[in-house]
Amino acid sequence: MVDVPLGHIGPAHAADVDDVELYHPHSWVTKYVFSQDAKIIAIQYSATALTVGLIALVLSWLMRLQLGFPGVFSFIDANAYYQFITMHGMMMVVYVLTALFLGGFGNYLIPLMVGARDMVFPYVNMVSFWVYLLAVLILVASFFAPGGPTGAGWTLYPPQAILSGTPGGQDWGIILMLVSLIVFIIGFTMGGLNYVVTVLQARARGMTLMRMPLTVWGIFTASFMALLAFPALFVGSVMMLFDRTLGTSFFMPAIVEMGQTLDRSGGSPILFQHLFWFFGHPEVYIVALPAFGIVSDLISTHARRNIFGYRMMVWALLAIGALSFIVWAHHMYVSGMNPYFGFFFATTTLIIAIPTAIKVYNWVLTLWRGDIHLTVPMLFALAFIVTFVNGGLTGLFLGNVVVDVPLSDTMFVVAHFHMVMGVAPILVIFGAIYHWYPKITGRMLNDPLGKLHFWVTFLGAYAIFFPMHYLGLMGVPRRYHEIGEMAFVPASAHTLNAFITIVALIVGAVQLIFVFNLFWSLRYGRPSGGNPWRATTLEWQTPETPPPHGNWGAKLPVVYRWAYDYSVPGAVEDFLPQNQPSAQPASGTIHG
Amino acid sequence: MAVALILVLITVGSVVFHLVSPWWWTPIASNWGYIDSTIVITFWITGAVFVAVVFFMAYCVYRFRHQPGRQAHYEPESKRLELWLTILTGVGVAAMLTPGLFVWRQFITVPEDATDIEVLGQQWQWAFRLPGPDGKLGMTDTRLVSPDNPLGISREDPKGQDDVIIEGGELRLPVDKPVKALLRSVDVIHNFYVPEMRAKMDLVPGQVSYIWFTPTRTGTFEILCAELCGVGHPQMRGTVVVQEQKDYQAWLEGQASRNFARLAPAVQ
Repeated sequence: MVDVPLGHIGPAHAADVDDVELYHPHSWVTKYVFSQDAKIIAIQYSATALTVGLIALVLSWLMRLQLGFPGVFSFIDANAYYQFITMHGMMMVVYVLTALFLGGFGNYLIPLMVGARDMVFPYVNMVSFWVYLLAVLILVASFFAPGGPTGAGWTLYPPQAILSGTPGGQDWGIILMLVSLIVFIIGFTMGGLNYVVTVLQARARGMTLMRMPLTVWGIFTASFMALLAFPALFVGSVMMLFDRTLGTSFFMPAIVEMGQTLDRSGGSPILFQHLFWFFGHPEVYIVALPAFGIVSDLISTHARRNIFGYRMMVWALLAIGALSFIVWAHHMYVSGMNPYFGFFFATTTLIIAIPTAIKVYNWVLTLWRGDIHLTVPMLFALAFIVTFVNGGLTGLFLGNVVVDVPLSDTMFVVAHFHMVMGVAPILVIFGAIYHWYPKITGRMLNDPLGKLHFWVTFLGAYAIFFPMHYLGLMGVPRRYHEIGEMAFVPASAHTLNAFITIVALIVGAVQLIFVFNLFWSLRYGRPSGGNPWRATTLEWQTPETPPPHGNWGAKLPVVYRWAYDYSVPGAVEDFLPQNQPSAQPASGTIHG
Repeated sequence: MAVALILVLITVGSVVFHLVSPWWWTPIASNWGYIDSTIVITFWITGAVFVAVVFFMAYCVYRFRHQPGRQAHYEPESKRLELWLTILTGVGVAAMLTPGLFVWRQFITVPEDATDIEVLGQQWQWAFRLPGPDGKLGMTDTRLVSPDNPLGISREDPKGQDDVIIEGGELRLPVDKPVKALLRSVDVIHNFYVPEMRAKMDLVPGQVSYIWFTPTRTGTFEILCAELCGVGHPQMRGTVVVQEQKDYQAWLEGQASRNFARLAPAVQ
């Protein structure tokens, strides 16, 4: 160490600078555009992701129009159809669900819920959003590129993804897709490091790990997993980009394309699938675990009851997170990989059902002997349980290797993964937005509009995806631009397809009511106060609502209890905030 | 009340739909009835769990709905209950996994007497190769593919000289004889899928994968490609015609001479 005489240190001693002052932005631009406030970044992430979600919704309408009424809409030809399904899938999985849960809810809730002023690396956090936005722009740009976006399916399997028989394969589509993914992963890594380090390093005094709300546990575990899983996709994308642009053969064996022998040899198409699914399966849980965490808090708060079996819930989250890294090849039972892998991956896959089932039991056991308020967030939470149980159980079909053989690559798979990682997490997202909107804006979302939105979305989504399983059971393959004549498909199946399309159009349209509600309530919503749901967790105990930059004013909160002290016997109120020292507070100190 | 009722109706509706809807699997035409049995077991177990969970939820929503004066019960955990539920779930999972793994063992163990046939996929059509009188398929190489040798058969391998090449997408098989289909692609990944056979496996360029089955009834069944292989994917169709042994032999003899004659000059 260099010996510095005391007099040479500048005039400002560390203790003389007010802690809060450091956080204030200095202009409109640094406050709302290039903001380093995690809450603003959260809104930027969420708004971008929801916009991408609306684009993906329109794409799903277009593909459903083609499936329900084949040939009626002449602009949806085979090329366009495959481009729509590819972009819909990739947008929803990566650019909507991952970005919204981690970039959106993670940024907003982690610092507030653990009692921190901000993320630990605010500048990196800001850059993370702008890099994400760049990735989105590159992806959307492919709609306007020559040849249009890639139509390789969201799994992007080579060799077809980079050959001429696939839309965008020999044009710009696949290149822009791969570059966008690479950029996305760079951006996510910056955000993900922040979420993990903030949870580990910036918790308020008294906030032990086992006092954290399950929302934080879910987002934390998912971020950790994403940091380990996305590099596999990164590597796969770089290698495929080299195959496409530099003529390497990482994934390209000797190939005859349309009668022409290509100058390729020695590569392995299955290698890409291993890399893709080593990312792809954890990705399912990267989306699911934040949803698990959030829904636990919604149920507990609105049933006025502690989450049942908190410790088991935490261990189950961690067990699912760990196991999800050794189940990836259950997406590849019929891929031509060594069939002996089937024994291992079927076993690990079905074992993961056990911690998952424990979570479901504990959610419904939290309802048991509760004081259930059927608020809009609670309705969404209940609907999540129904759709998640349904979709999770069909996973036991597809995970059980031999049962997967007839069902793989059929509409059964489409129905399964939409129910379990589409509908279920999105219901949680809606529930969470209705739940936390008051904290973000200071106003409640409109209740009747919320209920209308809920019932049409829940019942409609169930009516879309439940019958779809049976098309797959019959043998209708997925990714068919048109089913055409198939001897084993009765005419009634086409009627069912038309029905599904009509319901999908209605469910999609109802989302506009939700968007309207978001904007309308911003101005006309009922003022919510600081803690409208009478919840225990720290974000509801901020001195101001919406919380300003730095969150806590002069003094950081101190945590005295776990996140689930609802209806504690002998307490005056039916909830005890985490920062409340005694179960018997002086009167009038509870409401924020 | 209304919410609980709707939850019950969803559950009952799902079960009724399962039982009475006209959409169900195709009548099986292969030896893989075990797969169907495993699916049925899985339907029973998962169906029971679904009904139990949602009914329990509906009951809670009705019984413990907010009313003035109600206070929730404070109970952080119950190790006993959680342990029992874990064990019960484990038993249910084992009841599905065990038969599944046994059937998988059969699925990947090809019987000794299975006849090798080859299925070749290319954008967007099927071709097949049957062994000639020697009962063996000859070697192939994607780099040998040319207009007069569309399957890339090696002309140096004597076993390949009598192979029967079928282009045009119609595969014929004798009933009740196990076949091992060797799956090969010369361009992108395809998938050989015959719903009635419960058979499905990818054809991957650069390697040979396989699947085996025994057709158990005669008839004509559709072959679909079940792995996205470009814009022509839905048009990549073929048929399997399962015939009585004697009809099959008669057809095979007609084929053999014709295709053998076509390849033969190139060897000399």
